This record gives sequence, structure tokens and C-alpha cells, in this order.
Amino acid sequence: MELYMSLAIGVLFTVGVYLLLSKSLLRILLGTSLMTHGVHLLLLTMSRLKTGAAPLLGEKAESYIDPIPQALILTSIVISFGVTSFFIVLAYKAYQKLGTDDMEQLRGDGDE
Amino acid sequence: MNNLLVMPLLIPLCTAVLLLFLKRNIVLQRSLSLIGLLLHAATSFMIVYQVHNEGIQTLHMGGWAPPYGIVFVADSLASLLVAATSIAGFFCLIYSFQSIGEERERFYYYPLFQFLLVGVSGSFLTGDLFNLFVCFEVMLISSYALIVLGGTKRQLRETLKYMLINILSSTLFVATVAYLYGVTGTLNMAHLSIRIAEMQQGGILNAIAVLLMIVFAMKAGLFLFFWLPGSYSAPPAAVAALFGALLTKVGVYALIRSFTLLFYHEPSISQGLIGWMAGATIVLGSIGAIAFSDVRRILNYNVIISVGFIAYGLSAATRAGWDGAVFYLIHDMTAKALLFILGGIIVQLAGTSNLKEMGGMIRRYPLVGWMFFVVSLAVAGIPPLSGFAGKLLILQGGLEAKQYVLAALSLLSSIVVLCSLLRIFIAAFWGEEKPCPEGAGERSIVARSAVAAAGGLLVLIVAMGLGSEWVYGLVEQAGHTLYTPSQYIESVLKEQ
Repeated sequence: MELYMSLAIGVLFTVGVYLLLSKSLLRILLGTSLMTHGVHLLLLTMSRLKTGAAPLLGEKAESYIDPIPQALILTSIVISFGVTSFFIVLAYKAYQKLGTDDMEQLRGDGDE
Repeated sequence: MNNLLVMPLLIPLCTAVLLLFLKRNIVLQRSLSLIGLLLHAATSFMIVYQVHNEGIQTLHMGGWAPPYGIVFVADSLASLLVAATSIAGFFCLIYSFQSIGEERERFYYYPLFQFLLVGVSGSFLTGDLFNLFVCFEVMLISSYALIVLGGTKRQLRETLKYMLINILSSTLFVATVAYLYGVTGTLNMAHLSIRIAEMQQGGILNAIAVLLMIVFAMKAGLFLFFWLPGSYSAPPAAVAALFGALLTKVGVYALIRSFTLLFYHEPSISQGLIGWMAGATIVLGSIGAIAFSDVRRILNYNVIISVGFIAYGLSAATRAGWDGAVFYLIHDMTAKALLFILGGIIVQLAGTSNLKEMGGMIRRYPLVGWMFFVVSLAVAGIPPLSGFAGKLLILQGGLEAKQYVLAALSLLSSIVVLCSLLRIFIAAFWGEEKPCPEGAGERSIVARSAVAAAGGLLVLIVAMGLGSEWVYGLVEQAGHTLYTPSQYIESVLKEQ
């Protein structure tokens, strides 16, 4: 199971980096959120995947998995949700005001 | 257990939430944020005092003993940096009263300012790697909002890049945390330090150390600083002063913490790689500082040079080098705030940030001119001002570690720093007086109260320089704690 997860994370990262390197702002945005997903799955995988075990079932539970990574993922999801929504608004506002979403044209002329 | 430790977070947080409801009343907003900062300063000085007299203070959140709960740790380094944060923040706030403009004040400038302080203080005080990430994010999200507040074309464009860089580095940060958790099974920094020492840092842990270094270097502007000059010159001067004083320093602090407490077993990374990056940062920053003729750009490149300089002290890995890095870090937080405030005043008075279009201001504004001159000397490290002791210690540490090339580079960079700042001084204050820009009468009134903020900081810098011996007493303790990680570990993990 860990192997498949690692492959999925690898694919998410690859696609994320590919999108991040493109010119269009919207693609870049999708790239960052795909990479964030990849990172969250990575956190999940790091706590060792066990089938059928829940994180917290009291002291008498037969098997349980480490709850900390799940708490970390939850925190990280909330943060990335906030950041992504801010970024979308910013991108929209920038598109309205600057009239382009092409990063090549958003380069700026160094000394102004 | 010391509940005082959470106050530097709680006070600005409560102030910020309160301010959100007072959107219309600007006078009340200003006075409340000032009170918030004064309280922040009072508690942070109290923490410095306690740490100095009673040793490292800890706070276990919710009563969960480490390594399971989140722990807050104030050692000398963290407490001194929180105190420096409140000083720099206080004067930036006073400066922004006059310069930020009513439009921005009405659109939540002050709450965002306070949220930024929450993030910065939290990053310094936390003893948990994931909590550090959360505090970083609090700081970064408020910095995104602050940098774009006002919404000019340039701000929007630069914020897009600034955000992208930081989203990327935060993503890498979480990935690093995941790897580290997978390998060691803990995220508490003291516990991590023990586990890493037990596992004989090597192989995968080295890879994690390098990843962590990339993340923090990107935030600190160490070598990976390509985003910094553009984004820091977009927002108004008060915001730039706050960023220049605080944001990169948080990254530098994280570097210092992780390579003195966690990954200090592999000299080729903690000394070799960081030293190499420090050298490159100093050289490239120096080139930038003399290449441009725009006040803001020159000041931004000066931020980069000082980051390189502190990293050089870190890479020396000797007592003197680390003492110097701490000393210079504290000096730099106050001096960069002052430098950016004065730069902002100059740009405001001249009506332009281009050096070629200003001149002859010494007659009308002698005080601003001489203050800028003195702070230039302080930043370059001329005794008896505050930059000198830090630079001396860093160089001493570097020579002890036999890093002669880096020592030469850093000495040369001091000359470049002085040269680049004196260029601003000469261009703005000497020569023919340029015709009065429009609304200059109004500007000079504005300047007078901003000058008061700058004056206060200048007095502090001179006092810090003259009282170096006394400051060194505090700094030495911080250096000692950095040099003996067991002290930090024991005070965090001891049985209550």
C-alpha cells in the first residue's frame, strides 16, 4: 500500500511542478494546490498505513494508528485552504487590474 | 511552566481581533494598537529578565507534557528576539501613523500589523517544528495582505510572485516535516535533537537537513533571495520597514535554531554549505547594493547582505561566531527598521526614489540627513555604534574557524555597505537644491512626526553601541545555550 501511495504522491508532485512552470496564472494556482495534496498524502503515508485501524479507540483497542499526522494534515489543509482562496482572489484582482494572467508579462521592469 | 510565554502571542492576537470591530474609528485603532505593542514590549522584557536570571522558561500547552504536547520555549535567543521584535514593531507603528494613509488605515492595516506580530513572536517562542510552520503561515498570510494593501498595479504584480515563492517553500516545509516525522517519530525540537544524535545523522537525515536548509534559506533570503528586492520595494515604506526588520530575520532564526540544535553533527552541511551560501549572498548582495540607483532597491540589497553576514557567523560554529550572529541579529532588527524608516522619509521628502533626481536636502532637513549618516555608520559597523560588536565577534569566530576567504569577503562587504548608503546620503543631501516638489510644505509637517520615530530608534542604536558590554552579557548567555544544546533539551524534557 505504501508503494502505491508513494507513486501517487510522485505523480501529484510531477504534475504540480509541471503546472507551476507554465505561464498562465490559473495553471500555476492548480499546480500549487496539487503539490499541497501530494504533501498531505505524504504526511499520511509517513504514519504507516494500516488497514482497518482507527486513530483513537481508547486504551483497550487492538490496533490503532498514529493520530498525530492526521492532526497535522488537518491543520495544513485549513492553512492551504485559506492561502489558496486568498491567492485566487488576488489572481482575479490582478487579472482585472493588470489585464493579463501571463507571468511572462508580469515580469516588471527591474528599476522603476 | 511559565504562563507569561504565551502573552507575546495572545496580546497582539486579542488586539487584532478587537481592532477588526473598530473599522471606522481610526484614532481608537491607532491608540489601541499602540497600547497592544506597549504591553507586548512589557511582557517580552519581563521574559528577557526572567530568562536571564532563572534560565530557560517553558510552557506546556494544555498541560500536555513534551514530547506529546506543543511546548513553548524561551531561551535567551528567543526572548531577546521577541524583545527586539516589539521594539522594531513599536517604532514602525509610530512611523506608519503618519505615512500609511487613511485609506489603508481604514482597510485593516492595524489588525494585519498585529497578526504579523503574532506570527513573528510565535515563530521565535515555539519549541515544536510543526508549530513553527503554523506560526510561519500566520506571519506570511498577514504579510501577503499587508504587501498588497492598497492594490496598486505594482503591488499586485509583486505580491503574486511573493506569494508563489512562499507557497512553494511552505509546501516543501510540510514535506520536510513529514519526512522528519517518518524517520524520527517526533516533532518536538528538543526530542528531535536527542533522536537525531542517537541515529548518527547521516544518509536520509542529511537529505532532510538540506531540505530544511533550502526552506529556511528561501524565507530568510539566504542565497535564494531572488524574490526579495522586487517584493520589498512594492509596499509603502512603513510596511517595507516592518518586513526588512522582521520577516527575513525569522528565517535566519529558524536556520540558527535548526543547525545549532538539530543538525549540528555534519560539518559539511552546517558549516560548509551554509558558509558557501553566506559567501555567495554577501557577494551578490553587494553587487546589487552598488548597482542600483533607487533608494528602495539599495536598502533591500542591504537586507540581503546582512542575512549573509549572520549566516557567516552561524557557519563558523565557534562560540565567538554564534555570539556575534546573535548580537548582529538583534542589532540588525533595530537598525534595518530605522534604515527603512529614514529611507521612506527621504523618498517622501524628495518626491522620488531615484537618486539622480534628488539633491541638496541638507539645508531644509538637516536632522534627517545626519540621522541617515549615523545609521549608515552603524549598519557598516563603525564603533562605537551597535553594528561594531556583532561584526567583530563574527569575524573573530570566522578567523578561529579558519574561514579566511569568507572573512575577507565580509570585511569588503562592510565597505560596500557603507559606500552604497553614503551614495544615498550624498545624492539626497549634498549638491544643488532641487526645485521644491509639489505639496512640500505639507510633507515637512508629515516628516516631523516621522522623524520622532526615527529619532527614538537612533537613540536606542547609539545606546546599544555604547552599552555593548551590557548587551553582550545577555548575548553571551544566548550563545552559551546555542553552544550546549543539552541545556535546551534538559529544560524542555525535564520532569515537572
